Amino acid sequence: MRFEYAPAPEARSIVTLRDSYGLFIGGEFTAGSSVFKTISPATEEVLAEVTHAGPEDVDRAVAAARQAYERVWSVMPGRERGKYLFRIARLIQERARELAVLETMDNGKPIRESRDTDVPLSAAHFFYHAGWADKLSYAGFGPSPRPLGVVGQVIPWNFPLLMLAWKVAPALACGNTVVLKPAETTPLTALLFAEICQQADLPPGVVNIVTGDGTTGQAVVAHPGVDKVAFTGSTAVGKEIARACAVSGKRLTLELGGKAANVVFDDAPADQAVEGIVNGIFFNAGHVCCAGSRLLVQESVAEEVLGALKRRMAALRLGDPMDKNTDIGAINSRAQLEKIAELASSGEAEGAERWSAPCPLPDRGFWFPPTVFTGVSQAHRIAREEIFGPVLSVLTFRTPAEAVEKANNTPYGLSAGVWTEKGSLILWMASRLRAGVVWANTFNRFDPASPFGGYKESGFGREGGRHGLEAYLDVPGGGDV
Amino acid sequence: MVSDNGRMCDSGQSLRRFLRGLPGVDEVGARARADALASRSVKADSKRAAIDLAISMIDLTTLEGQDTPGKVRALAAKARRPGFGAPPVAAVCVYPDLVPVAAAALAGTGIHVASVATAFPSGRAALDVKLADVKSAVAAGADEVDMVIDRGAFLSGRYQEAFDEITAVRGACSGAHLKVILETGELGTLDNVRRASWLAMLAGADFIKTSTGKVAPAATLPVTLVMLEAVRDFLAFSGRRVGVKAAGGIRTAKDAIRYLVLVNETAGQAWLDPRFFRIGASSLLNDLLMQRVRMETGRYSGPDYMTVD
Repeated sequence: MRFEYAPAPEARSIVTLRDSYGLFIGGEFTAGSSVFKTISPATEEVLAEVTHAGPEDVDRAVAAARQAYERVWSVMPGRERGKYLFRIARLIQERARELAVLETMDNGKPIRESRDTDVPLSAAHFFYHAGWADKLSYAGFGPSPRPLGVVGQVIPWNFPLLMLAWKVAPALACGNTVVLKPAETTPLTALLFAEICQQADLPPGVVNIVTGDGTTGQAVVAHPGVDKVAFTGSTAVGKEIARACAVSGKRLTLELGGKAANVVFDDAPADQAVEGIVNGIFFNAGHVCCAGSRLLVQESVAEEVLGALKRRMAALRLGDPMDKNTDIGAINSRAQLEKIAELASSGEAEGAERWSAPCPLPDRGFWFPPTVFTGVSQAHRIAREEIFGPVLSVLTFRTPAEAVEKANNTPYGLSAGVWTEKGSLILWMASRLRAGVVWANTFNRFDPASPFGGYKESGFGREGGRHGLEAYLDVPGGGDV
Repeated sequence: MVSDNGRMCDSGQSLRRFLRGLPGVDEVGARARADALASRSVKADSKRAAIDLAISMIDLTTLEGQDTPGKVRALAAKARRPGFGAPPVAAVCVYPDLVPVAAAALAGTGIHVASVATAFPSGRAALDVKLADVKSAVAAGADEVDMVIDRGAFLSGRYQEAFDEITAVRGACSGAHLKVILETGELGTLDNVRRASWLAMLAGADFIKTSTGKVAPAATLPVTLVMLEAVRDFLAFSGRRVGVKAAGGIRTAKDAIRYLVLVNETAGQAWLDPRFFRIGASSLLNDLLMQRVRMETGRYSGPDYMTVD
């Protein structure tokens, strides 16, 4: 019998969208220089009008952050700061459904992911860092580590609320104040977070949120009143930011692109490895900087693994992100879709073999089917460039040494995966893979206590854990440029 | 490849090597996959269809020391007409001595009579006693036999012994469907669940079944996931489609639907058929009926409207 799942859409009614959103500066929503629209990538409908922050708006935000830093936040005892962070964490939990629905509307990711991953992890980051706020003397950075001041943060569109949490929670816990610029295409959960800051009675100016495009981000990172810059996004923009911050005295941490190798050995737990490959590249439609976009599979099991992978991919459910049974949502923007399509066609042109899951694509919105390329060599663009979409490149290897060599043969170094039942091989691989995170028999697992960050062109600095605090404290080696 | 099985299983060494050579199961990953599938949302028409499908897959079971002919007749009556327009269940499952009662009550209905056998639930008896148990059940009219494997033999690595016992029981079944109970709650690891599944299938099981219901934990989603992967892979290996029966601890319609989702997305829809997937349960039926009435009328009728049998 055919067992079709009837549509199970999450209700949108829990979200009250305003027609227009201002800039969150000094604890208030304020008008700015101009406005732009944010759309749902799944339907292309306009969700709301958002304010574009020009240089003078960024000036106001930095001034508000400076005042809050000097008068309130940096002099407040850590245990008091911690209370605000706990309050924010609890409010994120209380408003979890609202945040998840809004994230899915604005970003296009499946509600299952925003509900089960993005929002709970965001709350977890605030809870975790709330606990650090009064214990910084015990973090290993000296008896009384000082904050840096005003932090300028620019975050991407792939995990809008979660990246906000990764940035804001440690900054606040360490006593800094924040000017945050969310991505142009996904500003809405950050603006709802601004409401949560109001609800938590966070002192005005501790968190400021300025929406806009790349020029707003440039104004934030280049502002002379900013003491530290934290950026998550593409390597190209990261390099520009590094240049802009050079010899300015600003601290800088960058979390950039990746082209992670997911290495599957012949003794891997077969079914879980296939799940891990799927989770590695198709989670959040591959819009993940640490996505396992290169599958390195041992040649002796390549055929079996690929067969099982295609069977599994054929069962993926692509469609309405609001449906609770959707596995693959929309591509976040037309520009991103075009980039993915361009790289995929380069794969075909360069001689790799393309297979896409046979799932129908909706008529409206931005969609790309889960796709796997076989017969890929290290020389192909799809093996070297970050695609940031649901496209997997499969390469084979013969020996562990060859696997390491191929895995490391990339300018990036954010993450890697190893699949084998042999513990000693896991350790051998992990000590040789040049990647900030190496997952063993799992992939895309995140925890606020675990530091995350890159090697090489994937950036520098760590987020999460005790290591992540270093980026927001005035300690030697905390990312001087 | 089926012909290879006989040769492979002639010597205990090659069977051992084969079972040990099966790919491992990562327990964390298997649990995560089972959890993910358990979060599927089955609503409206698909829920309606799933409830009736689940009812048609039930082996309505009573396996108590206090079972009597009266109890079994009542159960058989419920199996034929669960009520509220629901379809009949797949089978009634009883101890061997009550098979004649069940067979008489179900004659001509198409509902199967399943009997546990082989010194159920512990399996601790001499082989000839177990075979006599099976033969008496089949002679009394059982068309399905639910045997237990020798966990002692399996856990001490005497795979061939466990294998030979299943083969012998298969011979004693004389045509009755053979369900092999792995008693996964006593196997300890998912690696063992996969090995025992393959062992049973190679020895000729028509069905592999999770549990007796007498040991906790009984059926769980991760265990059933691993067994469904095994039957899927065995079909590719041998060309023979083996069924799976999840038994014990499945009490609510929500639970049952989670198992159907697991079947659908692991083994595939060919297994969504009472010939290839069963649920061994007793109280589950009433919850399915209550949900069925709720879907039809929009109201919960309450447990007093469901018959207790």
